[in-house]
Amino acid sequence: MTYQAVIGLEIHVQLKTKSKIFSGASTSFGNEPNTQACAVDLGLPGVLPVLNKEAVMMAIKFGLAVNAQIQNNSIFARKNYFYPDLPKGYQISQFEIPIVSKGSLKIRVGDDFKEIRITRAHLEEDAGKSIHDMFNNDSAIDLNRAGTPLIEIVSEPDMTSADEAVEYLRTIHTLVKYLDICDGNMQEGSFRCDANISLKKSTDTKLGIRAEIKNINSFKFVEQAINYEIERQSEILDSGGEVVQETRLYDPAKNQTRSMRSKEEANDYRYFPDPDLLPVYIDDQDIKSIKSTMPELPEEKRIRFMRDYSLSEYDTSVLISDKNLSSYFESVIKSKKLEPKNVANWILTDLLGLANKNRTAINELPITPDGLEQLLIFVHDGIISNKQGKAVLEKMWDTSKTPKEIIDSEGISQESNENEINKLVDKVLENHYKSVEEYMKGKDKLFGFFIGEVMKESKGKANPKIVNKILRERLKK
Amino acid sequence: MEYKTLTEIKEAIHSKKLSSCEITKYYLEKIKKYNNKINAFITVLENQALDKAKKIDDEIVKGNIKNLSGIPIAQKDIFCTKGIKTTCGSKMLENFISPYDATVIEKLENAGTIMLGKTNMDEFAMGSSNETSHFGDVKNPWNTNYVPGGSSGGSAACVAAGMSPCSTGTDTGGSIRQPASLTGICGIKPTYGRVSRYGMIAFASSLDQAGVFTRTAEDCAMLLNEISGYDSKDSTSSNEPVPNYLEECRKKFKPVKIGLPKEFLDGLEDSVRKIFDDAVLILEKSGCRIKEISLKTSKLGVSAYQVVAPAECSSNLSRFDGVRFGHRAKDVSTIDELYKKSRSEGFGNEVKRRILVGTYALSAGYYDAYYIKAQKIRNVISQEFREAFDEVDLIIGPTTPDSAFKIGEKLDDPIAMYLSDVFTVSTNLAGLPAISIPMGLKNELPIGLQIIGNHFDESKILSLSHHYQQITDWHSMMPNMETL
Repeated sequence: MTYQAVIGLEIHVQLKTKSKIFSGASTSFGNEPNTQACAVDLGLPGVLPVLNKEAVMMAIKFGLAVNAQIQNNSIFARKNYFYPDLPKGYQISQFEIPIVSKGSLKIRVGDDFKEIRITRAHLEEDAGKSIHDMFNNDSAIDLNRAGTPLIEIVSEPDMTSADEAVEYLRTIHTLVKYLDICDGNMQEGSFRCDANISLKKSTDTKLGIRAEIKNINSFKFVEQAINYEIERQSEILDSGGEVVQETRLYDPAKNQTRSMRSKEEANDYRYFPDPDLLPVYIDDQDIKSIKSTMPELPEEKRIRFMRDYSLSEYDTSVLISDKNLSSYFESVIKSKKLEPKNVANWILTDLLGLANKNRTAINELPITPDGLEQLLIFVHDGIISNKQGKAVLEKMWDTSKTPKEIIDSEGISQESNENEINKLVDKVLENHYKSVEEYMKGKDKLFGFFIGEVMKESKGKANPKIVNKILRERLKK
Repeated sequence: MEYKTLTEIKEAIHSKKLSSCEITKYYLEKIKKYNNKINAFITVLENQALDKAKKIDDEIVKGNIKNLSGIPIAQKDIFCTKGIKTTCGSKMLENFISPYDATVIEKLENAGTIMLGKTNMDEFAMGSSNETSHFGDVKNPWNTNYVPGGSSGGSAACVAAGMSPCSTGTDTGGSIRQPASLTGICGIKPTYGRVSRYGMIAFASSLDQAGVFTRTAEDCAMLLNEISGYDSKDSTSSNEPVPNYLEECRKKFKPVKIGLPKEFLDGLEDSVRKIFDDAVLILEKSGCRIKEISLKTSKLGVSAYQVVAPAECSSNLSRFDGVRFGHRAKDVSTIDELYKKSRSEGFGNEVKRRILVGTYALSAGYYDAYYIKAQKIRNVISQEFREAFDEVDLIIGPTTPDSAFKIGEKLDDPIAMYLSDVFTVSTNLAGLPAISIPMGLKNELPIGLQIIGNHFDESKILSLSHHYQQITDWHSMMPNMETL
């Protein structure tokens, strides 16, 4: 039987604040274990949390970006459980009154859009890390990450396939990078998610029993984990069994999920308001001033690019998928000397081609937007040909010289002088007088042959436009 | 040399009649002499105190004199002290050395005080008799068969016995005022948020408040001036401006309107009633108007308190898991075993009892019936106080239903023990300031008068207390330490 999958995601987004959510320790990644955990992060007796306002501001930015309600008085609560990398024996989170609630986000599904509702997004602190493979018989604890600010974004179960879930995850990923509130680095765990999956018959109104897959940290794994889970649950239901409500882990090496703990083993977190922290008070003025600092969002940019630059839906979607890429594009066309559609082609085909080949990130491209603009102006003005332009681009990538330097030093140029080209045309027409006769009798397709011969004669340097023009005149019937 | 009050000591140091070394030695001698009988100190810092006293004396010679330069003080062992053991009265922290100073400690150290030692207390401040300490009972200096009260029993007893001129304490449900009452000294718990909680090991965060013990209200004011104020490290500390309490309480006394809740007198034992009536009479004679009021819900205070405080403590004490600091059980093979054994071995019975009660009160299915209900009662109590303060300036009553009880008497009866806080817990639930000052002796054991004020009305409380102490002599009485 085929079932309908019902999927909701909980996305954990590490905020890009300089210091931790409740202490002054640094949040940077990859330092010596336990070197950026202060007394507060260690949960020493007597210490108290002090809320980092920057984290609150970032959470509000996210809320505004998904048209959510921003709570004027949100409350921090303690989530109590014992774990070695949770120093206080509780995580400071938000429970009953989160800072952001009732938002939504449009995602792309095929040629259409689908609205995914966002239940809530709350602020919380990250835990430390337990390391089990460093010492023989002991586990080690690194508390550098403890206290890093997170927002947990909880969606409604509005997705029906792994593809939709991945698209939603990507859309949020793009959004938080646009908002500059997260570095989006999934390998380092800055952006990770839990997926809730259940199946139901399409005629059922009630949701099925769900399994939660914890801590998935790549788009590919999300897709694989969900597809595996859909298959696993289908098999159970087909054989007349019942899905167990439980938490599962995805193992990428085996491409399967396995049970971590059942509902019965689940913790009773004993949430209660944290008496060490006052309610977070945000007035409408605060919200207004944060609104005024909001950058253009992907959706707004999409509409603008298609309208102002007449770009295709596809080109636009690739350009806006990365904030750095779209601003690169806009820098190149800034002086309005170039046609946007043509620039988009160069960037998406040639520049990204080089970036992919060299595994270079968009914000580390060795060619500046200025450099690309100069190059494309040379091509546009006919100083060099399209083909020559591509060769120059590759040299620019490797040498970081300007296009002018490369063109000058390598003698790359295009012959645009009509007299010179006329001479070449004379020569070609003389050498192929028989073909000229055939052409004059009506064998039109020979025109391309003449162009090719003139180009060959010029060693590729003749401006094809001018060659074309002269040949048309000379071969007028 | 017989200095009793901070005011006298400060005067003598400022006029160079007395050096910090002399007064420090004087109290260290007393500690040597009496502490083995009273057990008020967990740690005595003889060398460190003398070193600091010498440094302060050098500074004084250079003309650098601060408000509390050279004044000895005893610190409750709940305040983290850098490089010095901070046990919180528990085996769990028997060998814990804090890498940082609590804000209260930092402020008092900077004001020039000399730390004589760290005082004994009920384990994690949970107790009303100082019998739950891992470091043994503290004895009441008035009669060593009796408890000094708790949880700040060591801090109260050391001042009562003359081993220190003053000390710090913390008050979650009466832990300053109750021992002050039972040992015949002054103890003030300021408004919640008046003094930073940073570095004060948390018992119940929404109720905990630091305060001080001294012999006089004036001395309370002097210390309060130093420890009060906003602290950026404590989000719940208040930025309400701090008045000069000392100046305020020394101003010419203006009679005030005093509320007397009839619930505080219901069933009060006759001799305690007599002592209290005498105190009321004195206040009336000095022009204060006494008005009988009603605080109906105050009787629910202990019940609400015994839900809220354990709930918060169950969470606050989770960090003592044997992983990073504190007692760690030996010979364990799993993490769960490490938790269970470390906590079973490290915590005493009363602490375990409260963790269990608190965990239960916060559990799924019971949260609404206990925690939420207790919070509702808390709101009602606060509201009732607010209404009372619309009519009166201050509220008075006996601090404790009776004078000190015998060691062991209530140890096996938690309910009876909890009820000894019946007059003090409501003010914690409402976050109000209150003081206990001596008002008489019952069978040679002291008992205190409690004065409760509205939020941030410490000046009014201190002013009335100071006035009372100018026309009475109860605060000067001391136990005869030689006959112990």
